[in-house]
Amino acid sequence: MGLKEKLHQTKLKYQGKKMAPAFNAIHTFLYSPNETTHSGGHIRSVDDLKRTMNTVIMALVPCLLFGMFNAGYQHYSAINGFPENFSVMEHFITWDNFWLGAITILPLVIVSYGVGLAIEFVFAVIKGHEVEEGYLVTGMLVPLIVPVDTPLWMLAIAVAFGVVIGKEVFGGTGMNILNPALTIRAFLFFAYPTWMSGDKVWVHGAVERAGTADAISGETILGYLAQGNSDFSYSLSDMFFGFIPGSVGETSTFLILLGGLFLVFTKIASWRIMLSAVLGSLAMGLIFNGVVEAGWIPEYSKFYGLMSFEYWQHLLVGGLAFGIVYMATDPVTGSQTNKGKWIYGFLIGFMSVMIRVFNPGYPEGVFLAILLLNVFAPTIDHYVVRGNVKRRMKRLKNATILPKVTGEVEELKTETV
Amino acid sequence: MSKDIRIKKGLNINLVGAAEKTLSKAVNSNVYALNLDDFHGITPKMLVKQGAEVKAGEPLFFNKSNEKMLFVSPVSGELVEIVRGARRRILTLKILADKSQEYAEHGVLDLSSADDQVVRDFLLKSGAWPFIKQRPYDIIANPESTPKAIFISAYATAPLAADADFALQGKEAELQAAITALGKLTPGKIHVSVGKSSNSPLANLDGITLHKVSGPHPSGLVGTQINKIDPINKGEVVWTISPQDLVIIGELLLTGKFNAERVIALAGSVVKSPKYYTTKIGAEISTFLYAAGVNQEKFRLINGDVLTGGKTHPEGYLGFYNNTVSVIPEGDDYEFFGWNKPVFNKISSTRALTFSWMQPNKKYDLDTNTNGEHRAFVVTGRYEEVFPLDIYPLQLLKACMVKDLDEMELLGLYEVAPEDFSLTEFICTSKQPHQQIIREGLDLLYQEIG
Repeated sequence: MGLKEKLHQTKLKYQGKKMAPAFNAIHTFLYSPNETTHSGGHIRSVDDLKRTMNTVIMALVPCLLFGMFNAGYQHYSAINGFPENFSVMEHFITWDNFWLGAITILPLVIVSYGVGLAIEFVFAVIKGHEVEEGYLVTGMLVPLIVPVDTPLWMLAIAVAFGVVIGKEVFGGTGMNILNPALTIRAFLFFAYPTWMSGDKVWVHGAVERAGTADAISGETILGYLAQGNSDFSYSLSDMFFGFIPGSVGETSTFLILLGGLFLVFTKIASWRIMLSAVLGSLAMGLIFNGVVEAGWIPEYSKFYGLMSFEYWQHLLVGGLAFGIVYMATDPVTGSQTNKGKWIYGFLIGFMSVMIRVFNPGYPEGVFLAILLLNVFAPTIDHYVVRGNVKRRMKRLKNATILPKVTGEVEELKTETV
Repeated sequence: MSKDIRIKKGLNINLVGAAEKTLSKAVNSNVYALNLDDFHGITPKMLVKQGAEVKAGEPLFFNKSNEKMLFVSPVSGELVEIVRGARRRILTLKILADKSQEYAEHGVLDLSSADDQVVRDFLLKSGAWPFIKQRPYDIIANPESTPKAIFISAYATAPLAADADFALQGKEAELQAAITALGKLTPGKIHVSVGKSSNSPLANLDGITLHKVSGPHPSGLVGTQINKIDPINKGEVVWTISPQDLVIIGELLLTGKFNAERVIALAGSVVKSPKYYTTKIGAEISTFLYAAGVNQEKFRLINGDVLTGGKTHPEGYLGFYNNTVSVIPEGDDYEFFGWNKPVFNKISSTRALTFSWMQPNKKYDLDTNTNGEHRAFVVTGRYEEVFPLDIYPLQLLKACMVKDLDEMELLGLYEVAPEDFSLTEFICTSKQPHQQIIREGLDLLYQEIG
């Protein structure tokens, strides 16, 4: 008896039992189910939610791997100084870098998936529905958007909060209002603000060494700019390719761009949201640059550093690119109409840069902007859909409606005669 | 003058086993049957008892809510069985056919002098009325309603569907008679749509407004055409009728006989030699299925096309409205890592390691596997790519699911039939039963508002 047959028998045995969803989740992971159509059309396309989510994960893997190398690179560079004549093969893609990255980041991935999926399984069993795939992407996103040294217990608490309050209380995948990964990020930020910002958390080991003779620090470009500085030591190509400190997976705009193109090509994520978010951030950046150029803001202002930052470079630093490609495009919490997606995306880009510049405590605004627009997405959609309704109403106004019943035609005629 | 309709949004599903354009005569069936499920929303009241002898075209039952609307026997013979289901609901009426067929005389209608009411009465009493369907609600037309227009689509774009041009050839006289009669029932136009490069016998009829349609499925669905030509407003009624039924109506008008004969396509990858057959409404499917041959044991037999048809079995009967019988493999098997490996042999609306976009003309052998499990709606923007109507499909489906009557009306439920959602159902990532959701929405709206 092969594995397929064995699993089939087990499935039949568990059918209707309480633990069935848990078994089915593992079974359908190994084998796509033997379900056939029983209502409506008799054939179905091959796309399902597992494939959709899997495609997003594939687009995230390069960011994860890069994040591992970068964790090591930033750590060793902070200790030994940044290499002169930097070469990718010599100084970046090294076994040391990868090993250090792997042992610091893989635990984050494991805790994120372990805690999140455990909660999903428990809820599926309690509520008697199948385990849904939404967390497969969330679980991958979470380790990529936290600082590398985030304590695992903190992450576990945040994931539990995000999955239960952000998703399960609304009814699970497809029903949530806020993006669960960003809910987790927001929880971490507001519950442990000292941990999540400053110049100590972005490089592995910086926190432990703080106050000792070996102290190292690695500040993000945004953090540096937010202190009113306007010159920094990273080159444009460092920023684009991602050899800079930051959250685990967000630094390489290049790989995020590739991931974004892959998602657009596979038709999994909305190009409308991505494009309009880029446009929105450029627009806000241009406005700030304009303000600086017009001399409306003095150089000693604490906003000067970020406001004078070249408008398009906003896309290269911080989590903006990552947020636009992987978070804003979440179909559940984003706008659902095509027109709405343009507005929604644009506002995300616009607000991200605005919050980034004006946020006094923490120089990053992407997750706040996306969460804010998550809340407004249904409103945007409402007005877009009303446009369609209005068009229908207008058509109705201009139509001459025939009376419903033929008898009435004659009555009407006799009345008019 | 014809007007062109070009549809851009949609998806052609090319399947293996399209019917070859040769016509055979199916052997006569011993038993013919009317399946009451075909008449959605009709409560039947029997006019004859089990064991009674009926002629072809003689009424078997009438519509409980409109006793003028008669449903007739497709053949002459003995009503051998009334199959009943739960709470004695009538499911199927079976008629054992006579060796030589006798027809009930309905009399020839003089079309030049007949007026609206005469035509209505004639169609009602001769059993031809149920061929006419109405929107809103996608039900048999209310005989007391006045349609603002009548729509006929002679362009079949559904997968494996019978080619109307081929099935209707040589029937110009019948078609013209039916069109002339229908023209008296509406103050509006009769819109006939044919394929852009077709050679349809309908194209040259008098009294029609011709539209040439091009583009992928669902350009051939009458709902798509209504939306592009003259969309339905709240309070309006349009009628739709399929061209193969016009032939039966036409013959009835010209000869006074209800001849249930029809050309159907037997198609699908399971059929050894898929082709066209002449048979009658209600004929046992085995009378032509095994003549064409099947190449495997486990198959899904479908009364209609693969997107909208009803499930049946070889001992089942040809449906009242169907001109296609499709046979495709059952897909009740597991597939190892079916959700993440590259797929070359199935159709997808994405490119997520699926490669059907590379070969838009390749023919596929799809089975009935759902390719995934039922989930809540997650993905957005995908339905709109295959849904050419000026309606928000996802929002309308959700309005139906939560039974929000106001929203259903505002979003245009009046304009659609379940079949308009067959393509969104096909590509649905969450495997939601779109057609069932729309059907239940329409039923609810009909029940609450009428």
